[in-house]
Amino acid sequence: MSNVGIVIVSHSPLVAEGTADMVRQMVGDEVPLAWCGGNGHGGLGTSVEAIMAAIDEAWSEAGVAILVDLGGAETNSEMAVEMIGEPRSHKIVVCNAPIVEGAVMAATESSGGASLKEVVATAHELSPS
Amino acid sequence: MAASDFSRLIAAAADTIAAHAEELTALDQAIGDGDHGLNMKRGFEAVRAEADSFAAKPLPEALKAVGTKLVMTVGGASGPLFGTLFMALGKELPPAPDRDGLATALDKAIEAVAARGKSQPGQKTMLDVLQPVYEALAQGKTAAEIANAADKAAEATVPMKALRGRASFLGERSIGHMDAGARSTALLVRAVAEAIEGI
Repeated sequence: MSNVGIVIVSHSPLVAEGTADMVRQMVGDEVPLAWCGGNGHGGLGTSVEAIMAAIDEAWSEAGVAILVDLGGAETNSEMAVEMIGEPRSHKIVVCNAPIVEGAVMAATESSGGASLKEVVATAHELSPS
Repeated sequence: MAASDFSRLIAAAADTIAAHAEELTALDQAIGDGDHGLNMKRGFEAVRAEADSFAAKPLPEALKAVGTKLVMTVGGASGPLFGTLFMALGKELPPAPDRDGLATALDKAIEAVAARGKSQPGQKTMLDVLQPVYEALAQGKTAAEIANAADKAAEATVPMKALRGRASFLGERSIGHMDAGARSTALLVRAVAEAIEGI
């Protein structure tokens, strides 16, 4: 698929899955989408391994935008991007945006064929800073 | 460093984290999300389980393997932060480092951790322990002095206001509690310093 992929990373699998449901309701199957949540051991948290797998699942040559909730999700996502390495890492952006609104807006932008830069900019518009 | 010595360092690190896991969790419950002890214990036990195969590698590769294992198993922000510390040490250290080589590598590794956490010393984090440890190391202090400097630095995070991580959400209310990451860093520094002393 040529549309930008969306990855949702939450500390909670319920939040991640629920956010993905809201994205699907908006864009159907027009956007590659994957989510992960939880520390991989049944607790709240984020797993670098699971994030790398989600990026693979939502991979698009147009790139992937990652939406995260709290700090650890961001740090682990940045680590995952680094471990995936070049050249794919250049096409993956961890967005600074609220996770639910950011994911829905970014996916909607992506479904219209927007570039990774445009998708990320749309998500970032939601951020107060 | 002999493979058996590296295995001993790993065992010393994993032992101290396991022995203090509840204390670390309690510190993290006060001003964080309360998973630091369990997360660190899981990570260091995963490292311990592969200690022999890691120890068989040259020192830089062994440290990188430890870091990667922590990144993959800790499950919180501590994973990438402590993982980056070990991976960067592995990247910067020569295979047979002297004290100057170790100090230079630690300086670079601290930079890498600061970049990973978008943080700097003074923000109530592990960096507040790592920086004084680097300074003590560079000044030629003994292993015991370095371990004491680490403990003192962790204590010094108590009156600080958290500016990074979950504790920063609490603002002023983070004052009066020790940072859990600073404490675990001090524990690791003491364990490694005492183990190296015995090598």
